[in-house]
Amino acid sequence: MYSTKYVKARDIDDAVKALKSADDGKFLAGGMTLIPTLKQRLANPDCLVDLSACGLSSIDDEGSAIRIGAMTRHVDVAESALVQKAIPALTHLAAHIGDRQVRNRGTIGGSLANNDPAACYPAALLALGGTVHTQSRSIAAEDYFDGMFETALEEDEIIHAVSLPKPEKAAYVKFPNPASRYAMVGVFVAKFADGVRVAVTGAGEDGVFRAHDLEAALNANFSADAIADGMVSSDGLMSDIHASADYRAHLIGEMTRRAVNACT
Amino acid sequence: MPEGIASQGIGASVRRKEDRRFLIGKGKYTDDINRAGQLHVYFLRSPVAFADIVSIDKERAEKASGVIAILTGEDVAADNLGGPICGWAPTNKDGSAPSEPPHPILANGRVRYVGDHVAAVFAETLEEATSAAELIDVVYSEMPAITDLKTAMDQPQIHDGMEQNTYFDWELGNEAAVNDAFDRAETIVNVHIRNNRVIPNAMEPRAAVAEYDKGDARYTLFTTSQNPQLTRLVIGAFMLNIPESKLRVVAPDVGGGFGSKIYVYPEEAVCVWASKKLGRAIKWTADRTQAFLGDAHGRDHISEVKLALDKNKKIIGLRVDTLANLGAYLSAFAMVTPTYLHGTLLSGVYDIPAIYTNVKGICTNTVNVDAYRGAGRPEATYLLERTMDVAAKQVGMDPAEFRRLNFIPKDAFPYQTALALQYDVGDYEPLLDRAMAMIDYKNFESRRAKSAKDGKCRGIGISTYIEACGIAPSAVVGALGGRVGLYESAIVRVEPTGTISVLTGTHSHGQGHDTTFAQLVCDKLGVDIEAVEIVHGDSDRTAFGMGTYGSRSLAVGGTAISKALDKVIAKGKIIAAHMLEADDADIEFKDGKFTVAGTDREKSFGEIALSAYVPHNFPHDRLEPGLEETAFYDPANFTYPAGTHIAEVEIDPSTGVVELVDWVCCDDFGNLINPMVVEGQVHGGIAQGVGQALYEEAAYDDNGQLLSASYMDYCMPRADNFPSLKVQNLVTACTHNDLGVKGCGEAGAIASPPALINAVVNALSPLGVTDITMPATPEKVWRAIQDAQTKAAE
Ligand SMILES: Cc1cc2nc3c(=O)[nH]c(=O)nc-3n(C[C@H](O)[C@H](O)[C@H](O)COP(=O)(O)OP(=O)(O)OC[C@H]3O[C@@H](n4cnc5c(N)ncnc54)[C@H](O)[C@@H]3O)c2cc1C
Repeated sequence: MYSTKYVKARDIDDAVKALKSADDGKFLAGGMTLIPTLKQRLANPDCLVDLSACGLSSIDDEGSAIRIGAMTRHVDVAESALVQKAIPALTHLAAHIGDRQVRNRGTIGGSLANNDPAACYPAALLALGGTVHTQSRSIAAEDYFDGMFETALEEDEIIHAVSLPKPEKAAYVKFPNPASRYAMVGVFVAKFADGVRVAVTGAGEDGVFRAHDLEAALNANFSADAIADGMVSSDGLMSDIHASADYRAHLIGEMTRRAVNACT
Repeated sequence: MPEGIASQGIGASVRRKEDRRFLIGKGKYTDDINRAGQLHVYFLRSPVAFADIVSIDKERAEKASGVIAILTGEDVAADNLGGPICGWAPTNKDGSAPSEPPHPILANGRVRYVGDHVAAVFAETLEEATSAAELIDVVYSEMPAITDLKTAMDQPQIHDGMEQNTYFDWELGNEAAVNDAFDRAETIVNVHIRNNRVIPNAMEPRAAVAEYDKGDARYTLFTTSQNPQLTRLVIGAFMLNIPESKLRVVAPDVGGGFGSKIYVYPEEAVCVWASKKLGRAIKWTADRTQAFLGDAHGRDHISEVKLALDKNKKIIGLRVDTLANLGAYLSAFAMVTPTYLHGTLLSGVYDIPAIYTNVKGICTNTVNVDAYRGAGRPEATYLLERTMDVAAKQVGMDPAEFRRLNFIPKDAFPYQTALALQYDVGDYEPLLDRAMAMIDYKNFESRRAKSAKDGKCRGIGISTYIEACGIAPSAVVGALGGRVGLYESAIVRVEPTGTISVLTGTHSHGQGHDTTFAQLVCDKLGVDIEAVEIVHGDSDRTAFGMGTYGSRSLAVGGTAISKALDKVIAKGKIIAAHMLEADDADIEFKDGKFTVAGTDREKSFGEIALSAYVPHNFPHDRLEPGLEETAFYDPANFTYPAGTHIAEVEIDPSTGVVELVDWVCCDDFGNLINPMVVEGQVHGGIAQGVGQALYEEAAYDDNGQLLSASYMDYCMPRADNFPSLKVQNLVTACTHNDLGVKGCGEAGAIASPPALINAVVNALSPLGVTDITMPATPEKVWRAIQDAQTKAAE
């Protein structure tokens, strides 16, 4: 790890100021992704701005949506009665991220800011049609993700919170990568009054994406039978030592079927 | 014997004494050791697999903060240092010696794998050393990497002077007899086997702390070694030219080895060398990435197997041709692992009259491959036990019954195999019967049907293995090209107050020797286990011993302890005779007491110990003071643990995921000293074997980059991958050591991969799948199902 400066921001303004005054600063949330990157010398920020004292940990009911503060840890989402009632699929998702240690530190804001192509939360945000709130604007999920590890966020833009609309029913089913247990394929299916949204993580060369063909099939017939073998093309899917694009395409169909069956 | 002590002796599941210090965080590992004024070393490693080094510019790095020195291959050459050596070199089939290219401890002009050591940077802190390494400018002239085992022989030479990138071309057995068997055969079975490459992944990465004492001109090396005495010999005599007496090697607590900590690697030697050169203690601890890149990998064979059966379905001949990937350099047991530890085991538990094997050891641009838990025997067992299943299917027999038909019968022992080994004792059918009963083999089909109702494919797989361990008779080792003896040493030191220190040449890095070896002492001397201290791992304290690997510690090291204990008792009797004014021959020793036979005159063990050190009226012409005995034990034969493992799996055909639903085994390890420790060893072995069969694969790409160089990509088995393992034992006592023990450390890893893969193939065989390579990943299984279905549809 290169040596770096550490600042614990008092609030969001303070955090933005600290970041602006650094040459190459980074916000620090749970550190579950950022710290290993630093330890391997894959990043060399001159300043870490810790967001933990900025008051961003909260879960609120906003009627048609729930609003989760950026610094809310995975364990807090997994254990929230409010989330369990409003979007049980999200409880399940959060409870299956990494291991206990990771869930006790990792945050929803960190996960969405990082946009790992195998991370789980991006699928939830996209399938639920959520919104990312920063100090300066609100970004719709559709406009937020910008390819692997890339988002619409500006350098000094902090995620405050995300709003996630409550679906009629939803489910997230993850096929874990056997080694890392991130998603090798993760499918989030959400059924709203105005239609079904399906988001896929772990599989796309450009990160999380919506599976419009599957959505169309499920809009016509919301049942696992609606998903036929071969409906998912392997174009644009990742191939690596764990899974080829073909196999990922197959798993997307299979995980979608399972998600439809699991929808609550 | 007093009740309390009986429960600490042989056969008792005594809780592990060493666990107390581990559980309270007081284990003492190499990285816990720090020396005043120590420097940290960072090794700059090659980022490319095969290249000539055009230049190394270290000027900028040398000026960086905290840097004391940067050493490279030129410095190694200038000081005329040697490299790691091979402890065992088999002769080529044409009678010539194998090729043993030099392995400089820092690359000299050429790098041969990603991770090869290019420069050692010494600085006040590890961060400074690491940062400085980034400033070293190395210019490489790259050559195409040679990573494919099948084609490596046809590529340019990785080492000058080698031919066909082949270290050796070795054979064993009677080729003419095997050809004859195939001519006569009713059935010939052909199987292609790939034994995947795996990474040992000891929990504690390798580490070293070296210091040089100017006063007495003596070095000390603390290091993560399975065999500190061998490390001292190799570094002192072969690498750095240090008199053995001037080098102390200490292996304190070591967090697992699985073979990977047998060998001397460049890092440890560089630390020792630099400690004198730079006049400062040197510390190095590998991080996990370095462990992936630099620790010797395991397995990596391709074999063509041919089995000949007569009309009664009895095996009459076996031929195995193997290519073994040994990586870019040879390490200590690299050449013996795929030859004498592999080829000799190909008879398995079967009566096979004619066997021939040819093994070629191949050089590639990958890190070296050497012994890994089981060392050669898992490879032999895997290919044989897979072949047995394929053969059973081909002749239409149940795999259990086909094995039974071909077992070496109980009355055939001692049994001379067609491949040099002579099995002293064994009885294989009861092991098979017990395991089959444990898993309810006969009702398997109803379980298969039940799983099928849930859309799952259920399968069952057997492995009836044998291994040769308790390594090894020195005479045999010597006759087969070994450059070492493989006896073991023990010193039993009875102290004046009756406490006992046992100094063993073996080394415990998870095996529980502090407990099991102490149990031997309790059993023989009738003392409490708390009075016994096991000392290992310090070359200044123990006698020269060969260390721990090859499931040898109890069978060889334990027997040495037993023999030293016998000598202690013999001397105790003479002391007792003197004290009790009786004849030596009239003294009996039982339950911790020396008694004049037929009388109630007795002396306790403690009284004898005290008088040995307070010998006020000893007749010194026939009785020396003191009570300390040494024994060196060289075994008469290998030991031959055997057993049956049966795996049951359930496969989800829609994803290819294999779930292990049941595992039973019945092993014959001879007499058990501590059944709980044995069960733990079996569990760990099975976990590693299942890891190899389902999850683990060291994958290199065509450029020689290790793709699976972190836990994000290298999949280790985890607790939630396992059902509760059912482990039982039967005993045929080893006939040639005092304890009747055989060894259990590797059996699980040897037996389990074929049981698992046989179960997977069995599960999928109704769909037409006939083979699956390790690791049976979800995609591979899913694809095999797809391919079989496509084929069936055609
Ligand atoms: C062993 C392990 C297993 C894991 N398994 C999974 C898994 O199964 N599924 C899964 O989804 N994830 C998994 N993760 C990732 C985990 O969810 C992390 O918590 C997450 O990726 C990052 O969150 P963090 O709070 O730790 O962020 P950090 O590591 O602190 O930050 C990550 C990045 O986001 C930026 N950032 C953080 N917060 C904000 C903010 N509020 N506004 C703007 N930028 C911000 C940081 O500057 C940094 O660039 C795993 C991680 C580990 C270590």
